[in-house]
Amino acid sequence: MNFPAAAVARRLPNLFDLVAGLCIFAALIALAGAARGALAPLGALDATPISLDPWALPGYAGRTTLRMFAALFCSLVFTFVVATWAAKSRHAGLVLLPVLDVLQAVPILGFLSFTVVFFTGLFPGQVLGAELAAIFAIFTSQAWNMTFSLHQSLTTVPADLAEAARSYRLTAWQRFWRLEVPFATPGLVWNMMMSMSGGWFFVVASEAVTVGSESWKLPGVGSYVATALEQRDIGAVLWAIGAMLAVIVAYDQLLFRPLVAWSAKFRFEQTAGDQPEDPWMLRLLRRTRLLRRGTDALGRGLGAVGRLRLAADRASASSGRPSRIRDALFGILLAIAIGAALWQVATFAAASLTLADIGEAMLLGCYTLARVVVLMALATLVWVPVGVWIGLRPRWARRFLPIAQFLAAFPANLFFPVFVVLIVRTGANPEIWLSPLMILGAQWYILFNVIVGASAFPGNLREAARSFRVGGWLWWRRIMLPGVFPYYVTGAIAAAGGAWNAAIVAEVAAWGDQRLVAHGLGAYIAVASEEGRTAHVLLGVAVMCAFVAVLNRLLWTPLQDYASRRLTLG
Amino acid sequence: MDASPPAETLLRIHAVRQAYHKDASADLVVLDDVDLQLRTGEIVGLLGRSGSGKSTLLRIAAGLLTPTSGEVTWRGRRLAGPAEGIAMVFQSFALFPWLTVQENVELGLEAQGIGRAERERRAEDAIALIGLGGYESAYPKELAGGMRQRVGLARALVVHPDLLLMDEPFSGLDVLTAETLRTDLIDLWSEGRLPVKAMMMVTHNIEEAVLLCDRILVFSSNPGRVASELRVPFPHPRDRLAPAFRQMVDDIYALMTRRPPAPRPAAAGTLPLPSVSTNLMAGLLETLAQAPYRGRADLPALATALQLELDDLLPMGEALQLLGLAVLEEGDLRLLDRGRAFVEADTDARKAIFGAALRANVRLVAEIRRVLDERGNHRAAAVRFRDELEDFMSPDYAEETLSAAIAWGRYAELYSYDEEADQFFLDEE
Repeated sequence: MNFPAAAVARRLPNLFDLVAGLCIFAALIALAGAARGALAPLGALDATPISLDPWALPGYAGRTTLRMFAALFCSLVFTFVVATWAAKSRHAGLVLLPVLDVLQAVPILGFLSFTVVFFTGLFPGQVLGAELAAIFAIFTSQAWNMTFSLHQSLTTVPADLAEAARSYRLTAWQRFWRLEVPFATPGLVWNMMMSMSGGWFFVVASEAVTVGSESWKLPGVGSYVATALEQRDIGAVLWAIGAMLAVIVAYDQLLFRPLVAWSAKFRFEQTAGDQPEDPWMLRLLRRTRLLRRGTDALGRGLGAVGRLRLAADRASASSGRPSRIRDALFGILLAIAIGAALWQVATFAAASLTLADIGEAMLLGCYTLARVVVLMALATLVWVPVGVWIGLRPRWARRFLPIAQFLAAFPANLFFPVFVVLIVRTGANPEIWLSPLMILGAQWYILFNVIVGASAFPGNLREAARSFRVGGWLWWRRIMLPGVFPYYVTGAIAAAGGAWNAAIVAEVAAWGDQRLVAHGLGAYIAVASEEGRTAHVLLGVAVMCAFVAVLNRLLWTPLQDYASRRLTLG
Repeated sequence: MDASPPAETLLRIHAVRQAYHKDASADLVVLDDVDLQLRTGEIVGLLGRSGSGKSTLLRIAAGLLTPTSGEVTWRGRRLAGPAEGIAMVFQSFALFPWLTVQENVELGLEAQGIGRAERERRAEDAIALIGLGGYESAYPKELAGGMRQRVGLARALVVHPDLLLMDEPFSGLDVLTAETLRTDLIDLWSEGRLPVKAMMMVTHNIEEAVLLCDRILVFSSNPGRVASELRVPFPHPRDRLAPAFRQMVDDIYALMTRRPPAPRPAAAGTLPLPSVSTNLMAGLLETLAQAPYRGRADLPALATALQLELDDLLPMGEALQLLGLAVLEEGDLRLLDRGRAFVEADTDARKAIFGAALRANVRLVAEIRRVLDERGNHRAAAVRFRDELEDFMSPDYAEETLSAAIAWGRYAELYSYDEEADQFFLDEE
């Protein structure tokens, strides 16, 4: 199997990130303010109780899946608009990219409570508001990396193809659909799949939300599990896990495998590589006559739209230099926006937070950091050897890769109740034993990437090592660990990011009316948002963003640079 | 082509200059004061070393680049952007991997908004003409290099351009495939079956230029200028082995290896260094010393014997000349005494000779060593030398020059280089 390079552009956080961070928090404060004003008319929403009857599960699973695809659709629209805008306009790119970079680091679950309040406020007394809030939460977990992927593709279109398109006088519209979008397709499909995998976690978390005295339960698998927890029904939890398994298998087999196989057609390589066998669903689709005729007609129609001669270039020779006046104007506007954001953040913080609050959040951040570090170390110790062992055996790798992918997609929060029950029953220390939940879903990224790395390790280097009889620890230290390191870093970044995010749902757990809390930033955010203390939620989210950003800058970016400089083959 | 109707001027390039702005300091001039007229019925070749701006000129002619100054007119009107009637073939083929052969060929017609039936008819004609029949539904990655470039040609011909521009169209292909494609193209041209009125191609292969072109413009480098213009008097098909043909190839070699006018004194020692490995230099010196050359080799013959392109061989010759180990004169490469001493020496003595030659002739290397000797810790950041170089040349050339200085200095054991820290340093002895 080949994978397009991880398209998430990691850049050093810089001044723009800081500025973007300011703007985002200003927007959040504004949003929360609007939401508080609209809080009143809510209440009739949670009238429909969630049934724990297993037969209700297919219906719930359907609702959950629908939310998921609604969010995916929104993410796609967002991606095409924003990524294209950022790629085509220098000014827009200057603002949008740092904003997206910060949004990517923001723990989504942290501001779930605001968005719920905001959207239910938009549609008082209707389920629609809560639905939109859930969809929005999933959207925020999916959109950023897709946007980065498209933006990166749009800005790295091979120069010779771009020249060919220009010299054959394709219009901007034709270039977009004939060249840029096809070129971006494999990366975008891959990132969509990653987004979907991540999304299940958030859809489950966003269906049952409590803010202050209000709580909402949208019909869905997540609410089913939440209700099962309240009623201490472990059997129902297991049913929900089963239902989720079925849903993910179905989405994987019916949608994404065919989509990924189809998108291989757009991969930019001039040599015919080993084409993996088409998935059965794609073969089926290709064999059907009626469907095929329908898709062909659709394809022709879309092709005709792509061929429209819209947006012909006026002067297409490339020598345009940006205008000074527009630059200056843009700079002034940006400065005003930054100033306003700074002022809003400062006044808000001064009004509702004390220095002690900030200190507390930082200290709790350190606790959570310690958890993340220990868990990452443990996951690395376990999954790197396992991944290498599997990756070096092609037959096993072929079998295990889809499984690891599948495990990464499975919403780990569905398993939380099982652990919670064990902790409650055995009376174990929640400070320690709640922690593994954070890495439960994220660890698979490590396994997955190490398998890919080990199976990509060149056979001749392994043979060279064998012929010099390099064995034991030396083999790991000199041969295999450097070989899989770049892949490991990619996986570890995803895993660490996932662990931070999961802290918000993992550090607080409940079993009926029994509550387990581990001290940490995640619990701080979760408790503050349950109690409706907006300022503290924002503070917690900001501190978490800062921790993630600093870690990225001090640890992951240097590691990634080192790996790509020294340890990348060829 | 003498019998054809009176030639009409298609493309006129006048006093074209192309420069890239570098912050504050002087512009980097890629092309300077180029004049060119292209008439119907001729094939014009732009011949030159890499970096002589010939590809830039082709892109200016294609309307892909607007020159910094000067004038380009296409059929009497100022050229602004890619124009109707000009089509281009790319060195890298530039085929869209997600489109079939047929769809790739139809691309230019789609852009013109031509209807489907007509598109298909014309694409089929072009595909048949260029010998691609049967491959219509194949994807580019299923084709070998030669077939891919045929798709590139068909894609250009299908729009019935008056002018066909080709950017090193055969240099991405192996020798035999390139030869077949050249022959096919020139046969179609001679028979008047190409829907094209004139062609202009960029090449660095002298034989190819003499084989195909009616007129050759030889470019000099730094900045790119038309050094000379030659008419090729032979009718098609041409015989590579004909004495007159060989003589012309030899003459062009001599022309291209002629010493450039003395470099400006201020820039002496900061000219770009050719990135040639010391192994290649040693190998070339040894070859030169042995039979049949015995100290003097005819460059075309040497290139053929070593299976090297002009673009590969000339930088090696220039590197040896720079170091005073050999000299290029009138299309020959002659071994100098110091070069002979190098060949006869053992490994350590070779390093000593090479090191001495470096310090005497390459100011950059001497400068690096001097700075290292002066410093107490014997370390110096490479970025400083890179910046100095960039005052005289483009960043790409500066990088290439610096990496040549690193490689040569390492071989001569004048200094070491720490890639991680991007620093030069002296090894403790």
